Amino acid sequence: MAHYIKVALIGNPNTGKTSVFNALTGLNQKVGNYPGITVEKKEGRCRLDRTTVAQILDLPGTYSLNASSMDESVVIELLLNRNNKDFPDLVVVITDIENLKRNLLLFTQIKDLGIPTLLVVNMADQMKRKGIQIDIEKLQEKLGTQVILTSMRNQEGIATLKKAIIDYRKLPSTPLLELESIDKDYFQQLKKAFPTESIYKLWLVITQDVNFSKVERNRIQKSPDFKIESDAALKRLQQKETIRRYQIINDTLKQSYHVDQNAASDWRSRLDRVLIHKVWGYVFFFALLLLIFQSIYDWSSVPMDLIDSSFAQLSEWVNTKLPPGLFTSLLAEGIIPGLGGIVIFIPQIAFLFLFISLLEESGYMSRVVFLMDRGLRRFGLSGKSVIPLISGTACAIPAVMATRNIENWKERLLTILVTPFTTCSARLPVYLILISLVIPEKTFLGINIQGLTLMGLYLLGFVMALLSSWILKKYFKTTHKSYFVVEMPNYKMPLLKNVGITVLEKTKSFVTEAGKVILAISILLWLMASFGPGKDFSDAEAIVKQQATKQLSPAVLEAKIAAYRLEHSYMGILGKAIEPVIRPLGYDWKIGIALISSFAAREVFVGSLATIYSVGSEEETPIKNKMAQETRADGSLIFDLPTGISLMLFYAFAMQCMSTLAIVKKETNSWRWPMLQLGLMTIIAYVSAFGAYQFLS
Amino acid sequence: MPFLDSLEPGQDATIISFETEKLPLKLIEMGCLPGNKVCLLHKAPFNCPLYLEIDGCHMAIRKDVAALIEIEHN
Repeated sequence: MAHYIKVALIGNPNTGKTSVFNALTGLNQKVGNYPGITVEKKEGRCRLDRTTVAQILDLPGTYSLNASSMDESVVIELLLNRNNKDFPDLVVVITDIENLKRNLLLFTQIKDLGIPTLLVVNMADQMKRKGIQIDIEKLQEKLGTQVILTSMRNQEGIATLKKAIIDYRKLPSTPLLELESIDKDYFQQLKKAFPTESIYKLWLVITQDVNFSKVERNRIQKSPDFKIESDAALKRLQQKETIRRYQIINDTLKQSYHVDQNAASDWRSRLDRVLIHKVWGYVFFFALLLLIFQSIYDWSSVPMDLIDSSFAQLSEWVNTKLPPGLFTSLLAEGIIPGLGGIVIFIPQIAFLFLFISLLEESGYMSRVVFLMDRGLRRFGLSGKSVIPLISGTACAIPAVMATRNIENWKERLLTILVTPFTTCSARLPVYLILISLVIPEKTFLGINIQGLTLMGLYLLGFVMALLSSWILKKYFKTTHKSYFVVEMPNYKMPLLKNVGITVLEKTKSFVTEAGKVILAISILLWLMASFGPGKDFSDAEAIVKQQATKQLSPAVLEAKIAAYRLEHSYMGILGKAIEPVIRPLGYDWKIGIALISSFAAREVFVGSLATIYSVGSEEETPIKNKMAQETRADGSLIFDLPTGISLMLFYAFAMQCMSTLAIVKKETNSWRWPMLQLGLMTIIAYVSAFGAYQFLS
Repeated sequence: MPFLDSLEPGQDATIISFETEKLPLKLIEMGCLPGNKVCLLHKAPFNCPLYLEIDGCHMAIRKDVAALIEIEHN
């Protein structure tokens, strides 16, 4: 029978907490539906010895127990609530050797809660380069805990850490700070009113605005022996507490931690001189973006073509090898093309997540925040909006979640509202297939026009996001004062393992989440296309033969019958019903079906067209070839330039993602904002697609 | 007395005091305490935000917040 220890990992952002988590759990971890680097709840397991298993919870990065964002509230809500099922037996505080002083603030707070607490001093590999000397013995004595020096880069200290977790019961639980030393009268009064409770916990309940503590807070408020002070007075006490904690930390480090400035070699200032330069900084950033988008386009085209043609071959194989019938038809014409429409995403999504996680891991993202803050504020956004706007190119869902560290509510709300305009990876397959159909494969000044068009669509997304934020900001009042504090971490070589796990996890969860929707929709579409009401559908063969005036070849006749059947299926009827609305945009009823089905999720578009064009088609050719052969009643090609551009604009602006709407509702706590998004974005999409089609044709 | 927003890139100063009511607690937690050394490393274009090193810790803040912190030039 294994024995379980619940361990919580806590630390400041940029201390390598995630790498410690990865080192302990490896791939043995579970992430919520849409992981953000430190946003979602991450859990994992680690076998410590033959009989002991650690259940490890990776909590969001936080600078202190004084929560100033939703992510930080998660940490304090857990640590104050012993009844929470995740309440840890042991807290492991992860610190970065170079910023040990600041990192220890959080440690002293957690230690004072009376939970057994271990201290990990991470990034020990930086010691020599930064000229740091550390006296572990002294540090342990002063802080009253075991201190473990680790380096995830060199894989050092992990075994010691595991051993220390097993022995957690031996850790002393004496607090470091006597609260009475901050304000004798106030805290003695509190103690007198609640003699049996920890006053530090009570103090946190008083000062922190977290979910469950409202009840507790009322309890304290009702006490006849104690009066909660005004907010300003509380804030003064919190400041005093922080100052006192730093005194203790300074005193501790004076005896145990030394930095030889002369030995320190400094990459930071050399890189900063270029990367945040007022000209070169921006040149570098935009060149980097161009490089990223170009490489996503180039590198993923080969695996994508491969996936596309293999799925076509698979359908063909199913069709020829299995006995004909409904099941074969469902498999070959419904499920396989539908799944192909999602698997084809994997290369692009993986590359996008790869680049984004490299930008975050290296410390460069903070420089971009610094560079862009002033400019973005003009549009009502914050420098920190850069992270959601860039991650929005992968998927709007983690991007909306990443807005949580924007402190100002107005800037945060605007970022949430405009982020869905950025070109997410779900739009990519739609763009790629349309570009390859309607944009000539030529070069202009040595640059591939197709690639340039794609770049243009990305830019269009960003421009639209900024423009709409600029308009919307006039309608929002600032309710509270803004403040903006960004840590500028050291530049680091990204750890391959971290990047790898991030890419793997995110791609996996994206594909499975989107896959479920797409699979369901493709089956539904196949059903709707394979059945129909009335004689027009069931007697299609006879009707077509009757209408034929001259002798037709069997192949032409077959195609005519299939087309007639599709037109009179349930799907055909639905498509025809909406045709009047979409005809001015240049779409026929088949595109209409794909459009409707993709209102749940954009990426369904290609899969739907694949299903629609597969039903009744004789040979299994890649979807692109089928689209290129589609014609209107007058014989002209459906996917010509005006329709192609109109469709691209529609997909650029329309809010076709139920998951995003759901997450916006969750993050803003109201249906008002997602509904506003849906309404405005659909109108903008319709009007611009209409304008483009009418102008071009 | 000068305030932090008057510092030029490369200049050092010592923090004297700050406006208790308005200064975000987070900044104090990151080491912005009276007596600590502060150095302005860079200014972003249009002079905002400011890239600072306070007591060995690197961070960026906006000019309006910097204007709450009183300093003494070294």
